[in-house]
Amino acid sequence: MKEGKKSTLKKVLAHISSYKWILVISILLAAVTVALTLYFPILSGRAIDCILGPGKVDYTGWMVNEGLYSLAKKMIVVVLLTAIAQWLMNVCNNQITYQVIRDVREEAFEKIQKLPLKYIDGHSYGDVVSRIIADVDQFADGLLMGFTQLFTGVITIIGTLGFMLSINVGITLLVVILTPLSLFVAKFIATRTHDMFLLQSKTRGEQTALIDEMIGNQKVVQAYGQEDRVLGRFDEINERLEKCSLRAIFFSSLTNPCTRFVNNMVYAGVAILGACLAIGGGHATGFIAFLGGAVTVGELSCLLSYANQYTKPFNEISGVITELQNALACASRIFELIEEKPQSPEPEHPATVEHFDGSVTLEHVYFSYVPEQHLIEDFNLQVKKGERVAIVGPTGCGKTTLINLLMRFYDVNSGKICVSGTDIMEMNRSDLRDGFGMVLQETWLKTGTIRENIAMAREDATEAEVIEAAKASHAHSFIKRLPNGYDTIVSEDGDSLSQGQKQLLCIARVMLALPPMLILDEATSSIDTRTELKIQNAFAKMMQGRTSFIVAHRLSTIKEADIILVMKDGNIIEQGGHRELLAKGGFYANLYNSQFAK
Amino acid sequence: MRKLLVYLKDYKKESVLGPLFKLLEASFELFVPLVIARIVDTGISGRDYGYVWRMGGVLLLLAGIGLVCSVTAQYFAAKAATGFAASLRHSLFSHIQSLSFTEMDKLGTAAMITRMTSDINQVQSGVNLVLRLFLRSPFIVFGAMIMAFTIDGKAALIFVVTIPLLSAVVFGIMLISIPLYRKVQAGLDRVLGRTRENLTGVRVIRAFNREDEEQEAFTAENQALTRMQMFVGRFSACMNPVTYIIVNAATVVLIRTGAVRVDNGILTQGQVIALVNYMSQILVELVKLANLIITVTKAFACADRIAGVLEFSSSLEETAAEGETDFRQEKAETGGAYIRFQHVDFSYKDAGADALTDIDFTVEKGQTVGIIGGTGSGKTTLVHLLPRFYDVSAGKVLVGGEDVRNYSLSALRHKIGIVMQKSVLFHGTVRDNLRWGIVDAGSENGINGAYEEALMWEALEIAQAKEFVEKKEGGLDFEIEQGGRNLSGGQRQRMAIARAVVRRPEILILDDSASALDFATDAALRKAVRNASRDMTVFIVSQRAASIMYADKILVLDDGKIAGQGTHEELLASCEVYQEIYYSQFERSSSAMQN
Repeated sequence: MKEGKKSTLKKVLAHISSYKWILVISILLAAVTVALTLYFPILSGRAIDCILGPGKVDYTGWMVNEGLYSLAKKMIVVVLLTAIAQWLMNVCNNQITYQVIRDVREEAFEKIQKLPLKYIDGHSYGDVVSRIIADVDQFADGLLMGFTQLFTGVITIIGTLGFMLSINVGITLLVVILTPLSLFVAKFIATRTHDMFLLQSKTRGEQTALIDEMIGNQKVVQAYGQEDRVLGRFDEINERLEKCSLRAIFFSSLTNPCTRFVNNMVYAGVAILGACLAIGGGHATGFIAFLGGAVTVGELSCLLSYANQYTKPFNEISGVITELQNALACASRIFELIEEKPQSPEPEHPATVEHFDGSVTLEHVYFSYVPEQHLIEDFNLQVKKGERVAIVGPTGCGKTTLINLLMRFYDVNSGKICVSGTDIMEMNRSDLRDGFGMVLQETWLKTGTIRENIAMAREDATEAEVIEAAKASHAHSFIKRLPNGYDTIVSEDGDSLSQGQKQLLCIARVMLALPPMLILDEATSSIDTRTELKIQNAFAKMMQGRTSFIVAHRLSTIKEADIILVMKDGNIIEQGGHRELLAKGGFYANLYNSQFAK
Repeated sequence: MRKLLVYLKDYKKESVLGPLFKLLEASFELFVPLVIARIVDTGISGRDYGYVWRMGGVLLLLAGIGLVCSVTAQYFAAKAATGFAASLRHSLFSHIQSLSFTEMDKLGTAAMITRMTSDINQVQSGVNLVLRLFLRSPFIVFGAMIMAFTIDGKAALIFVVTIPLLSAVVFGIMLISIPLYRKVQAGLDRVLGRTRENLTGVRVIRAFNREDEEQEAFTAENQALTRMQMFVGRFSACMNPVTYIIVNAATVVLIRTGAVRVDNGILTQGQVIALVNYMSQILVELVKLANLIITVTKAFACADRIAGVLEFSSSLEETAAEGETDFRQEKAETGGAYIRFQHVDFSYKDAGADALTDIDFTVEKGQTVGIIGGTGSGKTTLVHLLPRFYDVSAGKVLVGGEDVRNYSLSALRHKIGIVMQKSVLFHGTVRDNLRWGIVDAGSENGINGAYEEALMWEALEIAQAKEFVEKKEGGLDFEIEQGGRNLSGGQRQRMAIARAVVRRPEILILDDSASALDFATDAALRKAVRNASRDMTVFIVSQRAASIMYADKILVLDDGKIAGQGTHEELLASCEVYQEIYYSQFERSSSAMQN
């Protein structure tokens, strides 16, 4: 655990190291700012000492070393310098924070491009996104701001102590002894309220889960007329939440008044002691001498303002430490992502296929997503150029597994897959994928214009080619009717297009590139039957002379296939032509015949 | 925000007492510099130790009273805020439940959930902060100025100049930077969107070898965001230094003016110290106020969004009082038909075209009706009119001879069991989920446990779910996770069907709810439903011809219109759309093969 924290810290430092000079400047500026801020009350104290009473005001320095005029000038200079130093420090900190955020995000995104699909499939998108967005923000903000606050806090404490000591030892002692009291009070309240907060967030979580479930499925709730019962459950949690929130909020909000009370006591103490020492005045003897000698009124006012400031960094530091811990936790989540093992490297001397002839062979292929669960075992398949392979089986039987292997989204455990006679493990992934055109069941559009989406496969495609592809996939007619035609901006979650239209666009995308091998995953499932008929003609044309793998539900598609792979629970259990399989009377025959059962 | 204030009504006392005690505390704080002035002028000058101690005592007393007032204020504020939030949450939740499908479609689920959770939390802390601090800071700022006037009118003029200047700087910077921060947020959203898109499209991106382009696009967005952040950062970094300059410059002027006034015997040294103290109090409070305003603006925005939801009201008017029409059912007239759609037109709100046009058909009690057609042809819309999820734009929907608008919603919906396209299950046991279907479930004196259990098993059997539920640990008490994650798609669908069947509805609607079932299970299911009750009218919506071809009546929908109705044989002979659908799924079997 500790080790983990240390190594995270090391990585964090490594990321900051490119900005180390700015960091050094920032730290120097922080020191200057603090010192100047603390110097100001001393000057104003001295100025006040110049104002003793009617006729006893020292403008030019005849009574003490420095007169009011010169002090005022000094004060103005100090103020200006402080402001400039403070501004520069803020700017430096911003520079570091935002640039580190940018660097880490960039690195994380780059990593995503190289992560094996296994990682991406195994983590929710929300989780990965929140690492890259929220965690990075938290980490950079918390860590860098934490560092600077910690640093300025510590300098302020040391500086204040130094300046106070230079004025009066006794009063300094009083402050030093009393202030921990406020820390103690804050700590006491924090530990006492910790459980209340836990209870509050637990109850809140419970309520959110209910809201999520019920509002999320409001239509079902209403269809079953369950509104009252659901509201009853909601109210029960709501009441509990109100009670525990009140406790948590009230008790935690005691921190401020209580620490302020302690601070006020310190203030009063300094006032009394300081005043007594001031009365002691010129004849510093005995007890007063022991306490560090007399003070002037100006010094007293300076000490009072220190007493006010002194406790603040302490309170801040305790906050900073939790923030730092939080930031480290976030950092470790990001580094976990960044350091995730990337997909297997590309071969050193990649084999290249000049021209894909469309043949695909699988030899003794073994594959499983998790070691304990064997899926594909000793699978052999020979697909000749131009053949059509249909993959069938009940939903959730793992029909996409084969696609994952062909495209090298996942790698086989053993055995080999050859495309045009070349082992796909010996090829660059990009070369392999160039040979395939793919339309998946889940349509995906990138944010951008329709043209960009269609031209994804070939950026150099001409306008005419794009339109041609759109026409071939029957997308042209609806695109034409969109407000901006091919320049209409679409996006993944944009509801401007229907599911069917999105799928037409995905088909158009493949139509444009026309690679030698095709993968179609239930590509027509959400297009209505009539449009589909038209598309199927286009498909037939596209598939001509091309090897194609089709995950299909429709019997007509299946029957036309050269090879049918029947899958169940992730395994390929039957393989052969339609008649062959029917004659066999196995799972496929059963599936086929049930279509006609009443 | 004002609309939400009603929810503070029950906490009037707290909402007044909270700020009041806070002001009391603030006033005591304002006395402190005066006491210090006395110590300096009377105590130190007069060398009066006793006086110093007495004044020290006054300081402690002020601190003590301040503590008591402040704690009291915190309590009332917390009480009002949490009470406010609780009653707002209750109202909003019950309001959302009362919305009809039209409003739900418009608002969107995600938005409603955010309103219920994080928005209300923000408003709660906003209310709490406002009650505690919103009056306090301005009070101290102006209080300090007034105190300055009581000390010396001329010196106080410096305050009169400084306060507006400070306010202008603090609020000016804030006003300018808030929209800038909104831009930063938008930039962040773009980076987030890109990341998300990259993840959801990972297969396509890799299939098309687009990783490098994606990376480039991300780098550009990311860099733009950083540049924006640094720009805004440079600007808002001015706040502290500038206010620091103003306040301390004012302090210097104050000391300088004070010196002259002391020299002339108008002021004392202690009073000058007090004036300086007041000046520094002002700075602290103004900065607090600025931060407070940022939080409160956010809370206000949330409050507005919540108020926006509350303004939506259900577009379904309930004409009949609850329960009243329960007894008027089944006075079947209207040509004896049990269900009748009379020239129904329907369009979704804000949609241009009609979703359904001139739908006209009748159904006898106990019939099975198949509805088929392409995506977007209006199948689901049509069956959603039966339980009155939406109201027709023209025409009438009659059930049992009565317009559905004349039933109370609950009475109408209790007659109907509907299984939606997306099968939704809830966190809880199988038993809990099925109870949803049972009308009187949960009421103690309703049906007894054994009978209820028998009903459930029967429903599970009909839905072809008995086998897998029996195999699950605990059977009916098997715990289903939220959203039914621990069941397969097909199991979820069968559970949802069982839930609809268990209430023994008069009308059962299966909206494409067998899509995850294989053909054999689908067929067995249909058979079981048919045999379960001869009185039950069943609607089956499907894209598969095989699922509906044996129905008593088939409605073929095309682009929101009925393209044909009748039996399978009739339609196959006469309806072109039906032929197209049918032959796309079944080859012209024997004839084609023989040729």
